[in-house]
Amino acid sequence: MSIDRDTVDHVALLARLALSEQERETLREQLSAILEHINVIGEADTSRVPATAHILPLENVMRDDKVQAFPHPEVLVEQAPAHEDGYIRVRAVLEHE
Amino acid sequence: MPELWQLTISEASERLARRELSSIELTHAHLDRIAQVEGNVRAFVTVTEEQALQQAERIDRRRSEGARLGPLAGIPLAIKDVICTEGTRTTCSSRMLEHFVPPYDATVIARLRAAGAVFVGKTNMDEFAMGSSTENSAFFATHNPWDLKRVPGGSSGGSAAAVAAGEAMGALGSDTGGSVRQPGALTNTVALKPTYGRVSRYGLIAFASSLDQIGPFARSARDAAILLQAIAGHDPRDSTSVNEPVPDYQAALTGDISGLRVGVPHEYFVEGTEDGVRQAVERAIDTLRSLGAEVGECSLPHTRFGVAAYYIIAPSEASANLARYDGIKYGFSLRHETDDLIEYVSLTRDAGFGTEVKRRIMLGTYALSSGYYDAYYLKAEQVRTLIKQDFDRAFQQFDVLVGPTSPTVAFKLGEKLSDPYAMYLNDVFTIPANLAGNPGISIPGGFSAGLPVGVQVIGPAFGEATLLRVADAFERATDYHARWPELPGARPARKRR
Repeated sequence: MSIDRDTVDHVALLARLALSEQERETLREQLSAILEHINVIGEADTSRVPATAHILPLENVMRDDKVQAFPHPEVLVEQAPAHEDGYIRVRAVLEHE
Repeated sequence: MPELWQLTISEASERLARRELSSIELTHAHLDRIAQVEGNVRAFVTVTEEQALQQAERIDRRRSEGARLGPLAGIPLAIKDVICTEGTRTTCSSRMLEHFVPPYDATVIARLRAAGAVFVGKTNMDEFAMGSSTENSAFFATHNPWDLKRVPGGSSGGSAAAVAAGEAMGALGSDTGGSVRQPGALTNTVALKPTYGRVSRYGLIAFASSLDQIGPFARSARDAAILLQAIAGHDPRDSTSVNEPVPDYQAALTGDISGLRVGVPHEYFVEGTEDGVRQAVERAIDTLRSLGAEVGECSLPHTRFGVAAYYIIAPSEASANLARYDGIKYGFSLRHETDDLIEYVSLTRDAGFGTEVKRRIMLGTYALSSGYYDAYYLKAEQVRTLIKQDFDRAFQQFDVLVGPTSPTVAFKLGEKLSDPYAMYLNDVFTIPANLAGNPGISIPGGFSAGLPVGVQVIGPAFGEATLLRVADAFERATDYHARWPELPGARPARKRR
């Protein structure tokens, strides 16, 4: 199965990757080739086979909702590329008048 | 008399306990070894010399005060750069996290610190653990100590090379589709992927969360047992960590495997496996037979679908996990003025991620996108069930399964870079254990034209003790694990201080 250029553009937008023209073309070819190999799974008989998302019998894990102080919160904020007065600076995402 | 950097952890810890050796001496020997060989091997992204010497000094002081210390106290270890270390940068070998200094320790690091381990550095890897050669590092490639023109495997190639070259006595890696076992095979080290849930993933930077598991590299089965003992066990901070008692792994090393039922899956000896690898593995199976194991053939019929299922599931999970790198909260941020948030995030991610990471994000996003979910993701999860059922059936009849870890010995740097799918096939024999959650160990199993061959032993869930027992019994009958690569330019170690 080969994928076309429109699909690459659509998936790049979903993935939030601003790929160059060259990268898009290379990825179109490479993803098509990879999908060709991957399509072998179509040959597996999975009728009436349940899906396994996770190999463990997972249960919800509950704990008390207790406030715990993080020893040095400033270190967390300082990870951000832009910060001010202990807050992370972000671009405005809402329009204002 | 071996050099200090050639000692195993268990040998060194006995000498430390008898006060015949100090951790400062041992740590200096490893830092000197790093200084000698690192220019050729390039296993480390960051060498933490100062921190290592401080940790060593503290352990020596505690020992002199009469403290009772465990087998890892004062032992120099290397940590894959995907595991968070408080105060020491953790890059994932990516531009995206090049300057990221974690504000907390991963649980495995906290446990090793409590055990008194000495950290000599953070090791190189394929970016975000995506690759089988360590060539996808955004910084530089790591070279195989057994042949510097060849790859050490990946993605934990730095950890594997560091242990193989004597730069650290043991190391931690992470294994999502073979990233501990395959580099272990290519570098002649003992490399263990525990059962999914055996070791906490808290503080392990996520690649594919339903598959990722941290595991140790060592130069003997006993050392791997010591490392696993320190990191295994339930952690309330990882909801997928299993509350199952941790056995005494060293107690399992009895040397006795008589009557052990060993299954040999014939799907692991298919076309594509090099003759030299096949022959070495067959010799290793003969050795196990001579030690009293009962060897029989078995079948894992859905093995051929493993790589395909993996390359849907792992990229899908990765595309979600890596969505957090947006240039706003932490990590790389592009200097670019725009009011368009999507444009800004997309440009940052394009500049911060390397080629393979982008390829996998694209593949995973595609597989999860509207209209393809049933054909790819759902189908792959059904195949995952079939692969798990293959193992469940095999373990009704056998105690362990044995085959090659990798279809080839170490390949040349650059050889598989232009063909992504050829690179993906390196993990054809390691991926199934990740999909099914089973533990697997790669042990030094012989050589083919001077290059190491790894033998993989796969066990039932929580069967690590049995895997280590097999590895240890095999070591007692062979000397492969004790051989050293000859590194050019490596002078004998400096005079001991």
